[in-house]
Amino acid sequence: MTQRLVVIGNGMAGARTVEEILARNGDFTVTMFGDEPYGNYNRIMLSNLLAGVETEEGIFLNDLAWYSENGITLNAGVKVERIDAKKKLVHDSNGVATPYDKLIIATGSYSWTPPMKNVHNPKRGYHQGVFAFRTLDDTRGMIRYARDHERAVVIGGGLLGLEAARGLQNHVSQVTLLHAMGHLMERQLDPKAGQMLQASVEGKLGIKVITNAMTTEILGKDRVTGVKLADGTVIECDVVVIAAGIRPNTEMVANSGLPVERGIVVDDQMRVQGEQDIYSVGECAQHRGNLYGLVAPLWDQAKVLADHITGRNPDAAYHGSKLSTKLKVAGIDVASMGLIAPETDDDEVVVYNEPKKGVYKQLIIRDDVLVGAVLVGDNSKAASLIQAFDRGTALPEERAGLIFDIGGPAGEVSPAEMADDAQVCNCNGVSKGAICGAVSSGCKTVSGVMDKTRAGKGCGTCKPLVQRIVEWANGGAVEEDPAASWYVPGVPMPKPELMAAIRQYELKSVSAVFDKLVPGGQHDAKSKMGLASLLKMMWADQYEDERDARFINDRVHGNIQKDGTFSVVPQMKGGVTTPAELKRIAEVAEKYRVPMVKLTGGQRIDLLGVPKEQLPAMWADLDMPSGYAYAKSFRTVKTCVGSDFCRFGVGDSTALGIAIEERYQGLEGPGKMKLAVTGCPRNCAEAYVKDLGVVAIDGGKWEIYVGGAAGAHIRKGDLLTTVDSAEEVIKLTGRFLQYYRENANWLERTYAFVPRIGIDRIREIVVEDSDGIAEALDAAVEEAVQAYKDPWKERAEPVTPGQFRTSLPLTVLPQVPVRA
Amino acid sequence: MTITTASSTPTVLGPVADIPLGEGRTYAVDGDMIAVFRLRDGSLRAVSAVCPHKGGPLADGQIDNSIVVCPLHLFAWDLATGCSQSGQAPIDVYPVREDDGQILLGE
Repeated sequence: MTQRLVVIGNGMAGARTVEEILARNGDFTVTMFGDEPYGNYNRIMLSNLLAGVETEEGIFLNDLAWYSENGITLNAGVKVERIDAKKKLVHDSNGVATPYDKLIIATGSYSWTPPMKNVHNPKRGYHQGVFAFRTLDDTRGMIRYARDHERAVVIGGGLLGLEAARGLQNHVSQVTLLHAMGHLMERQLDPKAGQMLQASVEGKLGIKVITNAMTTEILGKDRVTGVKLADGTVIECDVVVIAAGIRPNTEMVANSGLPVERGIVVDDQMRVQGEQDIYSVGECAQHRGNLYGLVAPLWDQAKVLADHITGRNPDAAYHGSKLSTKLKVAGIDVASMGLIAPETDDDEVVVYNEPKKGVYKQLIIRDDVLVGAVLVGDNSKAASLIQAFDRGTALPEERAGLIFDIGGPAGEVSPAEMADDAQVCNCNGVSKGAICGAVSSGCKTVSGVMDKTRAGKGCGTCKPLVQRIVEWANGGAVEEDPAASWYVPGVPMPKPELMAAIRQYELKSVSAVFDKLVPGGQHDAKSKMGLASLLKMMWADQYEDERDARFINDRVHGNIQKDGTFSVVPQMKGGVTTPAELKRIAEVAEKYRVPMVKLTGGQRIDLLGVPKEQLPAMWADLDMPSGYAYAKSFRTVKTCVGSDFCRFGVGDSTALGIAIEERYQGLEGPGKMKLAVTGCPRNCAEAYVKDLGVVAIDGGKWEIYVGGAAGAHIRKGDLLTTVDSAEEVIKLTGRFLQYYRENANWLERTYAFVPRIGIDRIREIVVEDSDGIAEALDAAVEEAVQAYKDPWKERAEPVTPGQFRTSLPLTVLPQVPVRA
Repeated sequence: MTITTASSTPTVLGPVADIPLGEGRTYAVDGDMIAVFRLRDGSLRAVSAVCPHKGGPLADGQIDNSIVVCPLHLFAWDLATGCSQSGQAPIDVYPVREDDGQILLGE
């Protein structure tokens, strides 16, 4: 049944919550009340409006048409005066009582005025020439007045005050910023960073800053002539802007008998304490004792409330937000998160200070986890630090790498600085302009933009940059795609839930998963391969193989090439072959006129350019097992010659590599698994940069590294453990691979998986068996190993009609050059 | 989108059983290559066999009941309309149906 939803407050929180509810097809008739006579606008952009870099139209999030299009009754410019929770009515300033079934209070904040003499004019409110900086009307008034005057004073050296000071420079020639505390932005910055920011603001921008400046009086009778400080100093000026902080708008709510402390007290569902049908979000809400004045927490709250109120997820819960900010304050890069000072003797403080350049960086680290950071003058590392802070991931031992790019690729580019035609995705040739175009034509999620433009759909290295551009093009915000956490795009579940459901219903084929777990039973081509891999992992030989669920590579057991031909790569365990095998490969290459014979990066021979219909005959002539150069599966174990011939080798890497490859050949996973064993730390087989790499060290021991990569991403693997025997290496290899198979996201390689889980945690599980699942992992991988069948045996009896029939055009497109 | 009729009378391409459920196969018809798909609901779809992006063999692509995904760069097309879901040129679609176990291409 359609319920009546009333929303008090038409600002960013109220409107955002309604948007989220609409997006979930909530069955409500919506009535909104807003003090301001407008649609809703982005309050954060008022600074840009003041600075003249944004127009009024540009800051509107939803104009009046949006309300009518969505059937929302907007009472703009109407104030709600009382809530009658008993009768479920809100009474407004027009004397109208509006009934509700559900009520959301999103009244936000007002601009706080510190106690000062003469700040108010009894007739007019503020003294002429004195402005708050909170609303569109405030900003309009300020611009109109400042235009005709010369000297401005801004009271308040927080973020808003700095923005106001910077913006006012656009209209007046002299700006003084007064701050009552000892340094600027004292809530976000430590004293050193605050002083650095002050030096930049004064030196680069020419704004005069006075700290410890307590303003006691506004001077002037009819209009402002100056301000007076506690120490008697008088600063002459014509305009005063008060940006000394905000306070939640709760008076009406408190007067209505609802629980208000510092803000309106809400629970984890954003429900007002003790009320069944009244909610509150945004700056006016007090959750677990905290008030939030930033956009990101407000959005999290809006989502939880929308999930809850629409019944999409009645148990959705808000757990509070970790606060981080990354912005340009008055043109200077500033980022801040968490603590600004150490709290215990064990807190590690890393500081870098370069006063001449105006660069200051401070990290506070506790137990290897980032608990606070302050950056001034250089935000190139802000995104990665915020990520580490939010997720609480373990930090690398090399702390310097957290604040500098050392020897690596150049630092992050900011989207604003990029040219429109700058190429972002180097695989699919997508420019910044194309990404922004997709955003402005309505794609608001990163995955939506990626689908539309194919940016980030190649090797994937540009995905973080694509995300930053989408955020930037969206005005600093990006809608979270609910599908982002799903294992595959077509089944609405994250991996653990999906696996649980598959087990519960004993779903053993891909179509069974679609039929049972997708609302409406819709099949999805783009999800098939991921599901096939998952089911095979879970059910081993009980898996019902539907061939259409496989990617073409897995249907014909070769890697499809740009002209639709395939490559044939015979197995060559550990990179070792024999003259007889080499001869056979050469003969087959000649017989089938293979256009190119190539050594692969994985120490094998690649016969390239083979038409699909010739695959079975070639495999028969080769009579060797498949080398797995195509699937999301265990690929190769690269080795060096080790102790057999090498003067330096301390372990028999070749034998161990072959043993590992023999045991785990064909093992499927969420991504490909490339391994190596090297006979000494000289690392000729490049084991430090493999999904799993084994390094022989002196004393008969072996080191095992995991999570390395030297492809689209480059990462040195983390040392998992050191063991005494080859048997232990083989066992731990299987256990680690199985843990990865069961827990990684689809297409998540170990270089992303290992840092996500954390090497310490992986060591606990895989080596120390702290979770008691080692035996189960060993058993599961053993089952998978036993289910192995050489796919090239399908040559004799194709599994489906026409399995190897050509799909090529009549005339093969001349795309692949044939080398003589 | 263009819908072309291969010829005035339908062409018999062969038994439906030649195409496994959920897969596609390529057929040469009057000098054109046409990919015919047998959806998991049993119905047939026919589209031009060559991906307009980089010439990929669409019959090797993965399908569901509405789209085909080219195996080379994973661009997707609607099997019923030929429209691209990923900003590419459309592909041709052809009328196709099953009659007495045979695939009939054309009206």
